[in-house]
Amino acid sequence: MTPVELLRQLGNRVTSRVWRLGFASRFMLMTVLYSGTALKRFHLTMREIYFTGVLSLIIILVSGLFVGMVLGLQGYDTLQRYGSSEALGILVALSLVRELGPVVAALLFASRAGSAITAEIGLMKATEQLSAMEMMAVNPIARVVAPRFWAGVISMPLLAALFSAMGVFGGYLVGVQLIGVDEGSFWSQMQAAVDFRQDIMNGVIKSAVFGAIVSWIAVFEGYDADPTAEGVSRATTRTVVTSSLAILAADFVLTAFMFRGI
Amino acid sequence: MKLVRRGQWRAGRYNPPFFDFRILLLVSSEPLVQIRDLNFAYDSRAILTGINMTIPRGSIVAIMGLSGCGKTTTLRLIGGQLRPSSGEVRVAGQVVHELDDKGLYALRRRMGMLFQFGALFTDMSVYDNVAFQMREHTDLPEELIHDLVLLKLHAVGLRGAHRLMPAELSGGMARRVALARAIALDPMLIMYDEPFAGLDPISLSIVGELIRKLTDALGISAIVVTHDVQESLKIVDYVYFMAAGKIVAEGTAEDIKNSTEPFVHQFVWGEIDGPMNFHFPAPDYREEMFAQPGKPRGWWG
Repeated sequence: MTPVELLRQLGNRVTSRVWRLGFASRFMLMTVLYSGTALKRFHLTMREIYFTGVLSLIIILVSGLFVGMVLGLQGYDTLQRYGSSEALGILVALSLVRELGPVVAALLFASRAGSAITAEIGLMKATEQLSAMEMMAVNPIARVVAPRFWAGVISMPLLAALFSAMGVFGGYLVGVQLIGVDEGSFWSQMQAAVDFRQDIMNGVIKSAVFGAIVSWIAVFEGYDADPTAEGVSRATTRTVVTSSLAILAADFVLTAFMFRGI
Repeated sequence: MKLVRRGQWRAGRYNPPFFDFRILLLVSSEPLVQIRDLNFAYDSRAILTGINMTIPRGSIVAIMGLSGCGKTTTLRLIGGQLRPSSGEVRVAGQVVHELDDKGLYALRRRMGMLFQFGALFTDMSVYDNVAFQMREHTDLPEELIHDLVLLKLHAVGLRGAHRLMPAELSGGMARRVALARAIALDPMLIMYDEPFAGLDPISLSIVGELIRKLTDALGISAIVVTHDVQESLKIVDYVYFMAAGKIVAEGTAEDIKNSTEPFVHQFVWGEIDGPMNFHFPAPDYREEMFAQPGKPRGWWG
């Protein structure tokens, strides 16, 4: 391959990625503009909250419990070297509320609900259900896309909060019940150290942003999928990979802004 | 039939007019759909060239031709899902591609479309599929929607199946439910995209007869895109034959059956020899056989 051909291919790839990003941004703008139906007829969004949020509960709660238990074990192992094992409650709570809760819950949400949203919309496109809706004078972005997008934005902070709560409980089980850390110190130090605005609210904001990112990617990939079995399969994979990378990148940016004064 | 708009029913603001001027449309001699010098291309690849068609009110017109000749594209242009490169599609006096979103959606509410495999919403029951448009576009009370849905399903012989999900239906039943959905708001035009594809002979006859009966009973127009010559010639009033994006023949069902045009004759009688080639265009067979083999594509083959 000649250098000119190589350069041309590289340019082509860059141009197509930029074009796609622009298309995705316009799609996002349209989704927000056509959100009236999803908010006015809130039962449409509620239905999607059930499918994306409620049905993700099991995986979120079980993962939260195990992550909290692991944090309890690892945290105790490190803290007891410095004679501060009573601070285990702080370590578990802050790790979960600030970072692990929003990030791990969002990663699980992307693989459980994000992929399902992409596959569903992609298959609706492949089986001409979206075209049928258009021909019935019903805007598919307002009727199909917007409710799924808002369901993700609403569900994600709730799932992250439940993940963190379950994680704290897992840390308590291992730290207090299994290892024998003082129960009073565990809870009181946690209560004293965790700040509602600085820690919990920032965690909620993070998870809402992650919810918007995952939902945006999921609905866009589904809507833009090639209407074939292979196209839907590729779109589903892209949703999980792109969402995961976007969550981690956004987490870094948000953390840099939120906790820069500490 | 007067369509009750959102809010009018509950607010008691709906009063039938003394004289509905839309009745004039029913007796108007102007064709419902007129296509003039229509051209359409994807990038530089021409799909339709110089199409002229007329769909009179109250008639069934078939568009026939081989796969990929531009039949479905024509339907999409009539429905406003695509914009023509040049020329115009006029439906009920309105130029489709000149309408804004609001105007286009208003026009589509008066059209119905039956997709090739039904395109039923798989997360909704048969009942909810038929009720979908009524719930979206009107504010009718649920009791009235219930009666209307059962009426539409009764018309296609599937009132007893209203609780089933689309996955529980056969191909023919799905097509009939889609037909009930397409007539939900009593449209002025129904477009059928391959309504007979993949159906057994009995379902095929049932769907064909339904199309004819519903068109006559509702006084609407229908466009049927199909390759099923025998079934469609039984029910249609006029036929347009397309090949490579152009209209190559047209006429009544009798004209088509008796046509001596080589393409039409080959298509109608399913002959192997004729102007339509079996082989996809390719270089000379002998030259290609003795040419140097190409490089392997990679370690996988």
